[in-house]
Amino acid sequence: MKKLVSAALAASMLTGVAWADSVKVGFVTTLTTPAAVIGNDMKNAVDLAVEHMGGKMGNLDLELIYGDDGFAPDTGKQATDKLVKQDDVDFVAGYIWSHVLLASRKSALDAGKFLISANAGPSPVAGKLCHENFFSTSWQNDQTPMAMGEVLNQNGVKSIYLMAPNYAAGKNMVSGVERTFKGEIKGKDLTKWGADAQLDFSAELAKAKASGAEAIWVFYPGAAAGAFIKQYHQAGLKDVMPLYTSFTVDAISLPKLQAANFESVLGSRITQQWDPSLDNAANKKFVSDFKAKYGAYPSFYAAQSYDAMMLIKSAVEAVGGNMDDKDGIRAALKAANYDSVRGKYSYGNNNMPIQNFYLREVVADADGNWTTKVVATVYENHQDPYAAECALK
Amino acid sequence: MGHLDYALLFIQTLNGLQLGLLLFLVASGLTLVFGILDFVNLAHGSLYMLGAFVCASLTFLVGNFLIAILLALPITALIGYGVERTIARALYTRDHLDQVLGTFGLILVLDTLAHLIWGPAGIAIPLPAWLDGQIELLPGVVIPVFRVLIIVIGLLTALGLMWLVNFTRLGMLIRAGASNRTMVAALGIDIQTLFALVFALGATLAGLAGMLVAPITEASIGMGNNVIITAFVVIIVGGIGSMKGAFVGAMLIGLIDTLGRSFIDDAFKLFMEAEAAESAGPAVSAMLIYIIMAGVLAFRPQGLFPPKVR
Amino acid sequence: MIGLSKSSFATLIVLALLLIVPPVLFWTGNAFYLDLAMRLVILGIVATSLNLLLGYGGLVSFGHAVFIGIGAYAVGIPTYHYFYGGAEAIATTNGFFQFGTAILVSALFAVLTGLIVLRTKGVYFIMITMAFAQMIYYLFVSIEEYGADDGLVIEVRSEFPLINLDDPITLYMVCWVSLVLVMLLVRTIIHSRFGMVLQGAKGNNERMVTLGYNTYLYRLVAYGIAGAIGGYAGALYANFSSFISPEMINWHVSGELIFMVVLGGSGTTVGPLLGATAFILLEEFLGRLTIYWHLPFGLILIGIVLFARGGLMGLLMSRKDDK
Repeated sequence: MKKLVSAALAASMLTGVAWADSVKVGFVTTLTTPAAVIGNDMKNAVDLAVEHMGGKMGNLDLELIYGDDGFAPDTGKQATDKLVKQDDVDFVAGYIWSHVLLASRKSALDAGKFLISANAGPSPVAGKLCHENFFSTSWQNDQTPMAMGEVLNQNGVKSIYLMAPNYAAGKNMVSGVERTFKGEIKGKDLTKWGADAQLDFSAELAKAKASGAEAIWVFYPGAAAGAFIKQYHQAGLKDVMPLYTSFTVDAISLPKLQAANFESVLGSRITQQWDPSLDNAANKKFVSDFKAKYGAYPSFYAAQSYDAMMLIKSAVEAVGGNMDDKDGIRAALKAANYDSVRGKYSYGNNNMPIQNFYLREVVADADGNWTTKVVATVYENHQDPYAAECALK
Repeated sequence: MGHLDYALLFIQTLNGLQLGLLLFLVASGLTLVFGILDFVNLAHGSLYMLGAFVCASLTFLVGNFLIAILLALPITALIGYGVERTIARALYTRDHLDQVLGTFGLILVLDTLAHLIWGPAGIAIPLPAWLDGQIELLPGVVIPVFRVLIIVIGLLTALGLMWLVNFTRLGMLIRAGASNRTMVAALGIDIQTLFALVFALGATLAGLAGMLVAPITEASIGMGNNVIITAFVVIIVGGIGSMKGAFVGAMLIGLIDTLGRSFIDDAFKLFMEAEAAESAGPAVSAMLIYIIMAGVLAFRPQGLFPPKVR
Repeated sequence: MIGLSKSSFATLIVLALLLIVPPVLFWTGNAFYLDLAMRLVILGIVATSLNLLLGYGGLVSFGHAVFIGIGAYAVGIPTYHYFYGGAEAIATTNGFFQFGTAILVSALFAVLTGLIVLRTKGVYFIMITMAFAQMIYYLFVSIEEYGADDGLVIEVRSEFPLINLDDPITLYMVCWVSLVLVMLLVRTIIHSRFGMVLQGAKGNNERMVTLGYNTYLYRLVAYGIAGAIGGYAGALYANFSSFISPEMINWHVSGELIFMVVLGGSGTTVGPLLGATAFILLEEFLGRLTIYWHLPFGLILIGIVLFARGGLMGLLMSRKDDK
């Protein structure tokens, strides 16, 4: 856990709030276990954001405290409890995993803190459990695979084989694709997940091939991503069943896949609300500074984390640093009046982003490094399907 | 469900065989150490992990996966020897609980060391092009070349172990030690060296399994913790201390697990709704090996092929 | 011996500290430490129940965490249906129902699996207790309605007349009193004839059998009691944490429970509590120093096993006098 404490006290231009000269942000992500590769990417983005804002939000010094969820809901909840009860942060942000977020949200929200998800988007937080102090800078879990279903339709794919891990997010992803895909689903496999996740997909790949489906779609985050792509490549399926993925191929897994020469992944397609090649000023700065500082492309996890910090900054500045003005902060967060790296977006009634989704393809850039680029826009200003279930107006 | 796809069945059987052989490599080491040394080594899975990491690093260093394996094997044997000299030797005289706890602590230490040395991310091992392709064994039956390699290496190792255990002096000592350790010591055999050798052999076998599985999945921290439980199930089903039991147990578990994953949800769909089958199928597949173990223990508590004792 | 024995003295000190310190910390604005203490106390209850099997009975159960899970879901599932509908027969937030279910179902599960596991011994016993826990783990992972791998958030705590568990101090007191009662219960069992038979069977089972005792039955009863206590602790945990998941049943947790018992001193009354305390404090404060805290943690475990097998209580008591 690190504390980033800024060096000097700023001259206060705040009216009537002489006691608060710093704003505290707690960021919960995965810093241990193999999934820490994602957490480190987010941490890098957050550190870059802090650098870009000079360690201050408006006139307040920023005190940033990281919490480790250890890829487990219980640990994440404890980390959140500590940030809220002991460190008394003003904002809690982060959260890669849906189950960690669901476990931790009460701890933050019941204490009156603002909760910003920089990745996880389980349907309850967009629907029945929506909350006025909860905001997301990512998406709702179903949206990205829904866009994928749409892409499959547009590409004239008539049949598909689905594979995902057997846990709630995996099932959400699968149902997301099923929501929009109009063709035939030749088969579906939910593989064992958890601490001893199944990483050998030989049986399922054989089934997929035997099913005669035109294409294959998978959702395998983390370590399973590399395993699956490897086996897909070794089974020689690239020309037989083109690969469509959600949350499997990203800037974190691509360098590894490139180092191991898994060319089958080139040309495969992904949908997401952001891409390093998006053409706006904030994104250009973010991507180039990230590459310069860390030597690799940022992932969407990183982009969303960067945005979370910038969103918080915009709210703090809007209330002139007066952290007591909760209503003001809430309104400022809702306005999303900052330069997001994905371009302008707005918040729905449930504080989930209404944004575009793009079709991206894995390609080699000018330097030969594998990355992605935008091929088409799949959805414009897409809202998640759970907004109607949220009681907020 | 319609007609049975024989090509698919054949492929799945091969997949089950391959999983079984990998399990056998891990279980054989475990059963040797448990049977001869009466030592419960929970950290056996960490040796599997270390073998994978060492091989991964060497592959990048040397540029060739197969040479890396040849270099990594003796290194893994050395690591095994190191563990034996320090932790294992201190725990031989203790009861099984102490060994479980001590090796549980060892897992924590080794996993963290791996994190310190190799970082939190997994390492993907690149294979030479000729191992990355596919091969058509029979018309309509196409499997990746690397899997064939695993089956070949696995079978050769199994044959080698069978030869070692049944036709060499070392093997005789091993079998004698499994039956009656005190007598072997009383006969003037250097038990210390025998134990160290057996432990190092077990570590090497586990490491080899890790090296073979890493190119399919990746070398990652904690990869051993999943396989160790299955390996224990295998040797319990097979009979502790029995190489034959480890082989049969591993094949059984490997085949049932693979075929279960392939066909259970389809089988369930015969008498259940699709939704329910899709939830129940993966859960039952996951529970299957434990149900089998419970079943075997209920009817043959010593396992299928327990070595004759005393 | 005049006055209190060393171990009783130690027990009273620890319990007194646990009674006074956490609430004081809470009232002085350190609410987080009350949470820490509650986890500690609840784990102390589970560890004490495991000690009945492990320390006194010689039964190394590597699946004891399953009872925490059963007890926790016995609270979580009825509350879930109360809020989201369905299964009207059990949809309630009534504390008596939930805790009662927790205890009964855990005891039942313990007895049913005990019938099978107690026929084995040694490492077979270890593995098969783990296997049953794993089966239940996968069972909960597969039930999507109750969150599966994502876990289940418990909206409100169990309702009891007169006792408001929503108040942190009240909940803590309930946990503390439960701990004391459980420790007294285990102590009474151990010093009774039943306990003597159990300990006798640990030392030499054949002799007890020849003496005419059906040790299998005695062990089965002990197993059932330990399971029931574990389930009760699970229900407490669900109330404390407001979030439960199948990960609570993972074999790592069972391993940690055994570690706690051994670290504190198996076969002593207060040992498990000491072990749970040391474990939680180490986890918390080592974890603040470095993310690699598992390394010194593992070394400590190995050290205890090799050099301080009697655990903390063993170190505390220079002579093995009374327990």
